[in-house]
Parts: sequence; C-alpha cells; structure tokens
Amino acid sequence: MEPIIIEGTPKTPTVKFDATEGVFEIKGRSIPENSVEFYKPLVDWLDSYKETPLPKTVVNIRLEYFNTSSSKCILDVFKKLEAIHKAKNEVEVNWYYEEDDEDMLEAGEDYESIIRVPFKMIEIVE
Amino acid sequence: MGFDIDNYLTGLAKNNVILHYKGNVDSEVINHILDTVEDKMVQVNEQAKLRKKVYNVLVESLQNLYHHVDKVPDDFEDQTSEKFGLLIVEKVDNGYKIITGNFVHADNIEKLEEKIKRINRSSHEEIKELYKFILNHQRISAKGGGGLGLVDIARKTGNKLDYTFKKYNDKYFFFYLNILVDEREQV
Repeated sequence: MEPIIIEGTPKTPTVKFDATEGVFEIKGRSIPENSVEFYKPLVDWLDSYKETPLPKTVVNIRLEYFNTSSSKCILDVFKKLEAIHKAKNEVEVNWYYEEDDEDMLEAGEDYESIIRVPFKMIEIVE
Repeated sequence: MGFDIDNYLTGLAKNNVILHYKGNVDSEVINHILDTVEDKMVQVNEQAKLRKKVYNVLVESLQNLYHHVDKVPDDFEDQTSEKFGLLIVEKVDNGYKIITGNFVHADNIEKLEEKIKRINRSSHEEIKELYKFILNHQRISAKGGGGLGLVDIARKTGNKLDYTFKKYNDKYFFFYLNILVDEREQV
C-alpha cells in the first residue's frame, strides 16, 4: 500500500499513514470548512489497510485545534481502527494534548468513551 | 424607523472592539479573521488557555455562518454576499466577546430557537453528553455542518447562549448571537 503523506496547512493537519510501519500520525490544526473532503481519502485508505493490518498499529493524534466538523471525521477514522482492533489486532491510540488544554483532553476522553480501542492520554509539557 | 444592524451593535459592543466585519463569509474571509484575531491575542500575551478557547469558539461561530446562513432578503442593501454575516470581537474585562449576526428566514426560527433553549437549560454535564450523542449519531448535513457548533460553543465557554431575533420584515429576522468567552473557572 502506498503511504499517505500530507503536509499541514493553517487549516488542515499533517498526515502520515505508513502501512509498512503501522504508525499513523495526524498532527496540527484541523479546521477546514469541508472536512469530509479532507478525511475521506484517509478513511478509505484505512478501509484497505484493515484487510491486512500489521499485528500492531499505533496512532498518534497530536492536534492543536479541531473544529466540530472534523470531530465527526476523526470519529470515522477511529471507527476503522476499532474494526481492526475487533479483528484481534493490537491497536493503540496516543492522544496528545498541550499542558492545561482541558478541552483537548476532554475531547480525547469523548472518543475514548465511544470507541472500543485503548487510548493513552499524553500531556505535552513545554 | 428602518432596520439598522449597526445601531443595535453599537449598543452591544462597547469599547475595545478588536475586529468588526460585515459581508460575505467565505473561506478566505474566515482565514483572514482567524489570523487577525490570533495575532492580536498573541501581541497582548493573552494566556494560552483563553487564547485557545477564543480561537475555537471563533472557528465555530464563523463556520456556523458559513454553513447555515439563509440568503439575504431581496431588499437588503448587500445583494452580492452569498453568505452574509456579521462579526464583532471585543476585548472585555475577563475575556472576549464574540458577536455574530445573520439573517434567518422566519420559517427556520423555531427550530434554531428550540436548539438554543435546549442547550441553555442543560447543565455542563448534560451538554457534554449531548455533544457526544450528536457526535456519534448525527451525520454531516448537506450544508456541511455537523450540528455541533452551538453545543461546542456552550460547552467550551461554560456560558449560556445569549441571543436575539430582530424582525427585519414578515419573512426575515436578523439573529444575533452574543458569546462571552471568559477566564472564569468552569463548574
């Protein structure tokens, strides 16, 4: 599978999905008006990856901001990971949040309560 | 007496207006407003926590306008703006006030007001649950909105949504949303 590598912009995150390493990353700001347009290729890619995933997949989410429209798309990403996990593969989500950013921590906890995949909340201390 | 958007606003926004915009709300405008307000908050060394909240609420307010405004009435002065909206950002004692305005067709008022009232009678904990419920159960609409904007604003600010509908004519109202983002500890 070809990896997905997308450079970040002021409104969209940096994305690195590499099927050979099993380490996926979404990082930066995710505040586009049309988030479906941005996330659909990622969700489709995960759909293919879930056919032959590595025994362990690690997902690092390190967002500074995301809008409510992205929040639904991020849930779709997590639902794909949940399916991989359900098929008896190891999946781990590392949810990073900046020191004192309780809103970002709570957002991670929202997903953790909806999605049946192990989450780790990691505070970034400057 | 005619209808005057700005007169009403002069009463709402008092002194330290850091941004005032009226016109078409497209993607470019949103970028520009976000950059401007973020730069201004950085310039005055606003603490990160408040700065992030203001930025988040501003994103949702602007994208609410982008996704949901109704078209302007036929006799309104600005006929060129496809998505006409209004925005004021004002520095207040403990934070920032974000005021948005847009036309709402009379037929759409009841639904919008019901949504706001539901949010306003909910506790912080109920708003969190409502957010999660909508996140998990509602698809993104044809207009591109997720139906979460107002819930997110109420959740992040911890304040009630202060709003007014001013009658423009029989078919149209102008909807003002007056959001306070302050440093008060949330319960």
